[in-house]
Amino acid sequence: MSGNGDSTSRRALVALGRDPLAVTGGVVLVLLVVAGLAGSWLAPAGINEVDVDRMLQSPSWAHPFGTDELGRDVLSRVLVAARVSLQVGAVSVGIALLAGVTLGLFAGYYQGWLDNVLMRCMDVLFAFPVLLLAVAIVAVLGPGLSTAMVAIGVVYTPIFARVTRAGVLSVREQVFVRAAVATGASDLRIMRRHVLPNIAAPLIVQTSLSLAFAILSEAALSFLGLGVQPPEPAWGRMLYDGRGFVTDAWWLGFFPGAAIFLTVLAFNLVGDALRDVLDPRQLTVSEARRNAG
Amino acid sequence: MTRFILRRLLQSGIVLLGVTLVVFLLLQLVPGDPVRVALGTRFDPETYEALRSRAGLDQPLPVQYASYVGQALTGDLGVSFRSGRPVTAIVLERLPATLSLAITAVVFALLVAFPLGVLSALRSGSVFDHAARVFSQFGVSVPDFWMGIMGILLFAGVLGWFPPSGYVALTEDPVGWASHVFLPAVTVGLVTASILTRFIRSSVLEVLAEDYVRTAEAKGLPTRVVVVRHVLRNALIPVVTVVAVQLASLLGGVIVIEVLFAWPGVGRLTYDAVQARDYPVLQGAILLVAALFLVVNLLVDLLYARLDPRIRVR
Repeated sequence: MSGNGDSTSRRALVALGRDPLAVTGGVVLVLLVVAGLAGSWLAPAGINEVDVDRMLQSPSWAHPFGTDELGRDVLSRVLVAARVSLQVGAVSVGIALLAGVTLGLFAGYYQGWLDNVLMRCMDVLFAFPVLLLAVAIVAVLGPGLSTAMVAIGVVYTPIFARVTRAGVLSVREQVFVRAAVATGASDLRIMRRHVLPNIAAPLIVQTSLSLAFAILSEAALSFLGLGVQPPEPAWGRMLYDGRGFVTDAWWLGFFPGAAIFLTVLAFNLVGDALRDVLDPRQLTVSEARRNAG
Repeated sequence: MTRFILRRLLQSGIVLLGVTLVVFLLLQLVPGDPVRVALGTRFDPETYEALRSRAGLDQPLPVQYASYVGQALTGDLGVSFRSGRPVTAIVLERLPATLSLAITAVVFALLVAFPLGVLSALRSGSVFDHAARVFSQFGVSVPDFWMGIMGILLFAGVLGWFPPSGYVALTEDPVGWASHVFLPAVTVGLVTASILTRFIRSSVLEVLAEDYVRTAEAKGLPTRVVVVRHVLRNALIPVVTVVAVQLASLLGGVIVIEVLFAWPGVGRLTYDAVQARDYPVLQGAILLVAALFLVVNLLVDLLYARLDPRIRVR
C-alpha cells in the first residue's frame, strides 16, 4: 500500500501550491522554522542583556520591537522564543499522535471489550475542557516546559484516538485487509502495512490543526506562569510579564501576541488546505459539490 | 426514546465515574506529601495531621477513592487546605461570576455569528462570504488573552470607556456589572462567534442543497419564506447543539480571561488554587466543571434526539 502514501503526499503538495492562502501559511511556517533554528544568530541583541537605562523604550531603529521592563530587546526575545513554540508543538503533538494512533488502532482493529474500555477512557478525557485539564496536570507535576509538553500531549490524545479508530473501522472491512488476513499476515503487520497508510490523510490534517492548538495552549499555559519559566523567553510568558505595563508600553503586549497569532493562523491555513484535498468527507455536501463542479 | 435515554444516562454515569477517578488521582500524582507541600512554611504537626485525616490520606487508596466518590455524591468535596472552608461552598460562590460571563459571551457571539453565518451561506462566493470566512479564520487563530490585552489597551487605556479589570455583581449594580463584563465578554465572544459563524454557514449551505428546498423554490414560494420556513428551521437544529457545547466549555475554559480581567469566577479560582497548591479546591473546581460539561452534553443529546428521530435509531 506504499503507492497510496506517495500519491497522497503528491496530491497534498500540489494542492498546497495552488492555494494562495496555504502558500502564505507555508511561507510564514518556513520563516518560523528559520527563526526557530537560527533565532540566536538573527537576534540583534542578547535575550537576557539587562540594561535599566533603556527600559520600556518604544520601537525605534535600534530596537524595532522596543525594550521591556528590564531593558531587554523585545525583537531578539520574540525571535528566540519561536524555538520554544516549535518545540512544544512538535513534541506535544508527537506524544498525542503516538499515543492516540496506537490506542485508536488497537480499539478499531480488535473492537469488542478493548474498544469499549479504550474509548470510554478517551470519553473521560474529553469531558474536561482542554486548558483546564492541562492546567491541572501542570499544577500537579510542577510548572515548566517539559510538563507543559506532556500535559498538552495528554489532552490532545483522545482526538487522535477517535480519528484513527474511525478510519480503522472503515478500512478493516476492505478486501485488501481481508486478503492479508487470509494470507496469514500477523495483526501487527496488517495494521502497519495495510491499515495505517490508508488512514494517513485524516491524521495528517489532524496533526496540522493540532499543531496550531498546541502552540495556542502552550502560550496560554505560559501566560498563566505554568509553562516556560524565566529567564527563557516564550511568547505567552512575555505577554504575562508585560501585562502590568500594557497601557504604558503597548509593544510589550503587541509583538509577542502577534507572533502567536501569525503562527497559529499559518498552521490553520495549511491544515484547512490539506483537509480540503486529503479529507473531502469533512467538507459539507454543498462545498464538495461546488469543488466537484 | 426511553431506551435511548437510559443508554445515554448509563454512558454518562460511567464517564462521570471515570472523571472522578482522574480528579482523585491528580492528588496522588503530586510529588511528595500534598498536605506538606500545601502547608509550606505554615507547617505545624497538629494542622498537618488534621488536614491529612480530614482528606482521608491516612487510608488505603481504594478506601480513599470510595469515600471520595461517596462524599462527592452528597455534595461534600472536602475542605480547602488553605482556608479550611468546604470546597463545595467555595466553588459555588464563584459560579455566578463565571455563568454571567459565559452567558453574556455566548449571547454576544450569537448576535454576531447568526447574521454573519446565514448571510455568508445565502451569498456563498460573494465578497461578504469571503469577509465572513476571513473573520472566522481570524477568530480561531487569535489567542483570546492577546485580544483581551489589546482590548484593555484600546478601550481602557486610550479611550477610557471601560475599566481594565475587576468585577461588580449583577445583583448589586447592573450598570457597573455591564461596564466590567463588556471587555471580557467581547473577547471570549468574538472567538466563540468565529466558531459559530463557520458552523452556521456550513449548516445552512448543507440544507440549501437539499431536495425539499429545491421543491419549495420550484413551487414558487418567495425566497424569504423558503429561507425562514425550510432552510433556517432545519439548519438551526445542529446549531443549538454547538451553542450549548460552546457554553458548557466556556464554563471551565475561560480561565485565562478570568485571570487577565481579575474576574472572580471558577477559572480564576482554579488558577488561585494552583498558585496556592490548594489541591482539594483544584479538584473540586475541575470536578464541578467536568460534571457540568457532561450534564449539558447529555441534555443536548436528549434534546437533539427529540428533534431528530434518526439519532435515536443509531
